[in-house]
Amino acid sequence: MTNFHCLLAVSDPALPWTWAFIAITFSLYLYIGWRSRVTETAGFYVAGQGVPAIANGAATAADWMSAASFIGMAGLISFSGSDGSVYLMGWTGGYVLLALLLAPYLRKFGHYTVPDFIGARYYSETARIVAAICAIFISLTYVAGQMKGVGVVFSRFLEVDLAVGVCIGMAIVAFFAVLGGMKGITWTQVVQYFVLILAFIIPSVAISFQLTGDPIPQRAFAYSDISHRLNEVLIGLGHEAYTTPFTKFGSSWNVFLITAALMFGTAGLPHVIVRFYTVKDVRAARYSAVWAIIFIALLYTTAPALGLFARYNLIDSMHESKIERVELTNANSEPRSFHFPAQQAAAFAAIEAAQDKNAAAIKKGLREPTAITYFLNSKTGKPLDWATRWQNTGLLKFEDLNQDGQINLTLIQHDGGTKHSELAKIDRDIIVLSTPEVAGLPPWVIAMVAAGGLAAALSTAAGLLLVISSSLAHDLYIRFFEPDATEARKLFVGRVAIIFGILVAGYFGIYPPGFVGEVVAFAFGLAAASFFPAIFLGIFSKRVNRAGAVTGMIVGLLFTSTYIVLCTADKVLPFLFDAPILAKENWLFGISPQGIGTIGMAINFALTLIISSVTAPPPAEVIELIESVRIPSGSGAAIEH
Amino acid sequence: MNKSDNTNRYWRSNLTLVAVLLSIWAIAGFGLSIFLIEPANHFKIGSVGFGFWMAQQGSIFVFVLLVLTYALTMDWIDRKHQVND
Repeated sequence: MTNFHCLLAVSDPALPWTWAFIAITFSLYLYIGWRSRVTETAGFYVAGQGVPAIANGAATAADWMSAASFIGMAGLISFSGSDGSVYLMGWTGGYVLLALLLAPYLRKFGHYTVPDFIGARYYSETARIVAAICAIFISLTYVAGQMKGVGVVFSRFLEVDLAVGVCIGMAIVAFFAVLGGMKGITWTQVVQYFVLILAFIIPSVAISFQLTGDPIPQRAFAYSDISHRLNEVLIGLGHEAYTTPFTKFGSSWNVFLITAALMFGTAGLPHVIVRFYTVKDVRAARYSAVWAIIFIALLYTTAPALGLFARYNLIDSMHESKIERVELTNANSEPRSFHFPAQQAAAFAAIEAAQDKNAAAIKKGLREPTAITYFLNSKTGKPLDWATRWQNTGLLKFEDLNQDGQINLTLIQHDGGTKHSELAKIDRDIIVLSTPEVAGLPPWVIAMVAAGGLAAALSTAAGLLLVISSSLAHDLYIRFFEPDATEARKLFVGRVAIIFGILVAGYFGIYPPGFVGEVVAFAFGLAAASFFPAIFLGIFSKRVNRAGAVTGMIVGLLFTSTYIVLCTADKVLPFLFDAPILAKENWLFGISPQGIGTIGMAINFALTLIISSVTAPPPAEVIELIESVRIPSGSGAAIEH
Repeated sequence: MNKSDNTNRYWRSNLTLVAVLLSIWAIAGFGLSIFLIEPANHFKIGSVGFGFWMAQQGSIFVFVLLVLTYALTMDWIDRKHQVND
């Protein structure tokens, strides 16, 4: 995705700052990792269960807020308008379910992993294996997205190759995760939270003040006239108003299903659940949930404001910008530069020839041979250097369709096709990362955002890798192959598993399969359809038994994954299908694949309850276990088993 | 009062609290922010519609308060039934 042909054309003033910030934060992570190295499995998997509530709250928030939350979400909201609320409410509302319905009870249970609970509660090794495989699958798809985020930040801000960036990220995570396990991860996550929240809030405050005169983004969002100004601009360009609901997901029904799938999926994400095993007792679990949602809300209420400001700023700076020159760069020849308006006619002839060759290459599955870079000046005459730099990454593209020498963002129908503007491509990941540059903030702020994006990606990656390690080593390998392993041996196997996870994640980060972007969103659907009902009913019903829960989990999972694969066959299995098997117009009751997890979960609930009611109730020791998790007292250290 | 009676009452208070808080969760998240967003948008918070504001800001503030209320109230219920550590 990265194109370095004309990288040196515009040097980046933030570059030295970015190297400095990343060097400082990374040394800090390494130092903490070294200080919190562990020698026993309780430390490795649950940090010895001595983490204070507020620290666990910050660690949970960092764990929870991924590269997607930091880099992607404000951008997603920015392009979804009112419907962007599905991500905001989905990811915070799920947290309420986790805090009220799962976390305190799982802490009382006290074992190391989610499959531990499922296995014990449903007195079944099959249930444990199903849960462990779900946990590994969900975490792996999720971690690949984090590594890709690391790569994007490195390639854009440090101008190094994406693969080198991913390898540096892998080495850092490997160091503190392998040495310190959960303990190392927890304390680095605490620091990473503060890095990422500062990196998010500072540019948001600056841009809020710049656009509205009010430094508090949340207040400016509602009380300034910025939403009116944006609505007017968007309508003028042929878009729908920003604040109109259901423009992105079609209907209130679909918005509901997607929000619910994200909520119940979030509550079932194993890497977040295990964070609650690390605190002292049930009460600390409840209060660390309070701290965590306060820490999360700080970013999640700022993000929609930033999304709105950024959309306005981007349009305002790019619309009707003048083309100063166009540069065509090709691996085999010298770059060709055409100045406007003098060489305008020659420029468009060359661009058209290059576009034909690019299109032919794409058709053959090759990379575009020629990069076309537009050097723009805003309508007030300021050079848009940031736009040049983002074009170099391939995430931003322009095309002067009517060849009038300026970029117009009005949606117009060209050649009888669909409506589009002269902004040919804008990746939503650009929004947060480019905001400080677009707003003309000082270079150190830009560097800080880069460090924040890395903190968000690395903290989540570390939490996920621990789940992969614990599922592979603790739930599967040790239990079934070496049940009598010594403490040292268990720790060794855990470390080997975490290294394995890092290598797989890194591979997917460097060679992202086309479906990563799709699958990450679906990890939530799968978690909703499998884990949430099993854990929730396991605590709140004494009648639900092995037959019901195992059937419910398997059917919920199969139903949800089948529907998702049918709707996205062209992206998930590109070597077999050119188009989705189930096209948009044939969706079951018009339900989008992002929302299907809610239906899968309903099926899981119904099956579990019906089958449990006609089969034998769980044995007495399981009833005792349920009664024990419902009472907070006696939540000592994790029980070794 | 024997031990199992106390435990049952403790569990029922917990369930009642959770039910009340989750009803508020559903009204804020699904009601005002999704199904009733269009009528709610006729009312204003500052210069934006109330429904839009709930969907992108208000519901998150409500969620924070719900988790806080749960932790504080459970402290009180734990003490009342003497099930705390």
